[in-house]
Formats: sequence, structure tokens, C-alpha cells
Amino acid sequence: MGSPPHFYRFTGKILPWLSLLCALLIATGLWGGLVEAPADYQQGDSFRIIYVHVPSAWMSLFVYVVMAVCGAIGLIWHMKNAEVIAISSAPIGASFTFLALVTGSLWGKPMWGSWWVWDARLTSELILLFLYLGVIGLYAAIEDKRTASRAVAILALVGLVNIPIIHYSVEWWNTLHQGPTVTKFDKPSIHVSMLIPLLLMAGGFKLFYLISVLIRARGELIERESNSNWVSELLEKR
Amino acid sequence: MKPVRKQRLYLILAMVVAIAVAAGFGLNAFNQNLMFFFAPTEVVAGKAPDTAVFRLGGMVVEGSVQRPGDDLLVRFDLTDFEQVVSVEYTGILPDLFREGQGIVSRGRLRTDGVFVAEEVLAKHDENYMPPEVAASLKRAPEDLK
Repeated sequence: MGSPPHFYRFTGKILPWLSLLCALLIATGLWGGLVEAPADYQQGDSFRIIYVHVPSAWMSLFVYVVMAVCGAIGLIWHMKNAEVIAISSAPIGASFTFLALVTGSLWGKPMWGSWWVWDARLTSELILLFLYLGVIGLYAAIEDKRTASRAVAILALVGLVNIPIIHYSVEWWNTLHQGPTVTKFDKPSIHVSMLIPLLLMAGGFKLFYLISVLIRARGELIERESNSNWVSELLEKR
Repeated sequence: MKPVRKQRLYLILAMVVAIAVAAGFGLNAFNQNLMFFFAPTEVVAGKAPDTAVFRLGGMVVEGSVQRPGDDLLVRFDLTDFEQVVSVEYTGILPDLFREGQGIVSRGRLRTDGVFVAEEVLAKHDENYMPPEVAASLKRAPEDLK
């Protein structure tokens, strides 16, 4: 997996299969969540926003951790593939964060009575969006892409401290945002008929991230290695 | 692992740990400011500001919601199951406002100890279930415990 040409060939083979599985998961998850699942006893149909909001919020944290870990691997071992995956993750993570903030806001108005409040959960999630944007901006500002990757990795590692803060904010402090439903240690306080579509959607979102990060990473690799033999061979084949 | 790489690994670990410790101290110092609302116990104990605007959160006491006039004035009690604070609010309540529901209100304390709210937000809990399940839970709560 370490060499860029091998990475490029391997991911080219698995991408169609991943896309198929992802489409299947999201289709069944959406059907289950929007049609099959019963309405909530208090929120009615408004609760259905969790089928987009919660998976995107989970992914916003997950993608950041992947980005920081790949950044660290790039710093320590100077692996090109890790550097490329780290920077390719940033725009995807930023999109998930944005989606989580927007869907939460749309739900917050009818349910809480406010589009936005400055409680610990919402504020730390907003900081996460700014961290992603900072990573994207810093990478674009440095001409030499390998130097840029190193700078970005350090920024990502500094921001890593925000991840446990976001996750535990609802337990450490009084917040308007409710506590964890699925990820707490005793059994989840969501009915099984509502939980299954949520888990399907979470799986679908994970695969969607995997697919888009691989596509972005392939493009980035070709751009970085445009002078190398394997890229020119690739072009000759076309 | 080559010594250079090992050194870089330790450097990165040290950096992450140092930032975590610094963030921990920082958040600990501002702990009170990060609280979105005060609980009734803290208000009764005098920890909440006397004159400034702050937020009060708690459960609406069952049977305490009164509408004295035919305007929008509503009175209710908030509790954290230890202390109770009375609240007055004039305005439209959010959909999820009901007795037994958690809410967060923003306002200030009047001299007689009544909290005059300018804004009321519903705090939803983390439980999701179909209406039938909620109904049977109400009928036989001890079955599921």
C-alpha cells in the first residue's frame, strides 16, 4: 500500500464495489428512516432529521481523527499516501461539519425555539468547522505540497484536542443540546425500529467518506507525481 | 524504527499531550462560564447573579403551569428535584414545552425571588420512541426498569 502506483491501481479496482454498497446502505437507511420508522412520541416527524444530522456529526469527528492520524504518519514516516489522504479528508470533513450544523439548526428552531445558541456542544462543533477551513486554507497557501502537508499535519494535531471536547461537552457542562443516545455505555435510549435505519445511514456515510476520500486522493497523487514514470505510463495507456 | 523517526514520534506525542493538558487547565478555569445555564439549587444557594441576565434550566413541575389572565403571561415552577424556582414569562412557548419537560429560560431574578424570563427554550432529552411505546411506558413504568 506504501507506493503511490500500487495504491492507485488497487483503489481503482475497489471503488465501483464500494459505491454499490454505499448506495445500497443509504437507500435502505433513508427508506427505513423516512418511511418505515414510526414518528417520535414527542417530536413527531421532526425527529427524522437525526438520520442525516447524527451520521454527519459522527463523521465530522471521525474524519478529523483520520486526518490528524494520517498527518502524524506523514510527519513521522514521510509517507506520501498518508499525506495525500490527510489533505483529501479536509474538504469532506468540513462538508460533514457544515451539514451537521445546518441540519441541527433547522431542527433547533421548531424544537428548542432557537436557530442557534452558544452552548458548549454547538460552539465546539463550530470551532471544528473553522479548524477544517484553516487546514484547507493553510494547505493552499504553501506552494511546495510536501512542506504544506507537514504544516497542515501540525495544525490538525493541535486541533485534535477539540474532538474529545465536542464528544463530552454534553456531559461535562450544562448544555441545551441533549446527551448521547446511542454511544452511551448502557443500552441506547432509542427504540430499535428507529435505531436500525440510523445505523444503516451511519454505515452509508462512512462508505461515502471512504469513496470520496479515495477519489480525491487519486487525483491529488496524480497531480503531485505528474513527472514520474508511472503517471506517464498511465497516460500512454489511455 | 529509525532513531530519527522515533524522535519525531515522541515529539508529536509530547505536543499532543501538552496541548491536551493546557486545554484541560483552560477549560477547568472557565468551567463556570461554559455552563449554559444555572440549576435551581444554585439559584437558591445564591450562586447565580442577582442583577445580571442569566439562564435557568430545569424540569417544569407537573401541575404548576398557570395562566392567570387571558394574555400571554404564564407562570410555572422549575425544579432540579432538589429546589424549586418560580418563573414568569410573557410570550409564545416552544412546541416541546409541557409539564415534566426540561427547559432553559433566559432572564433575571426579581427581588421577590421570582425568575422573570425573556426567552424560553425547550431542552429535549435523548430518548426516542414511538408513541405506543411511550404510552405503555407510562402505564407500566416498572416493567421496563
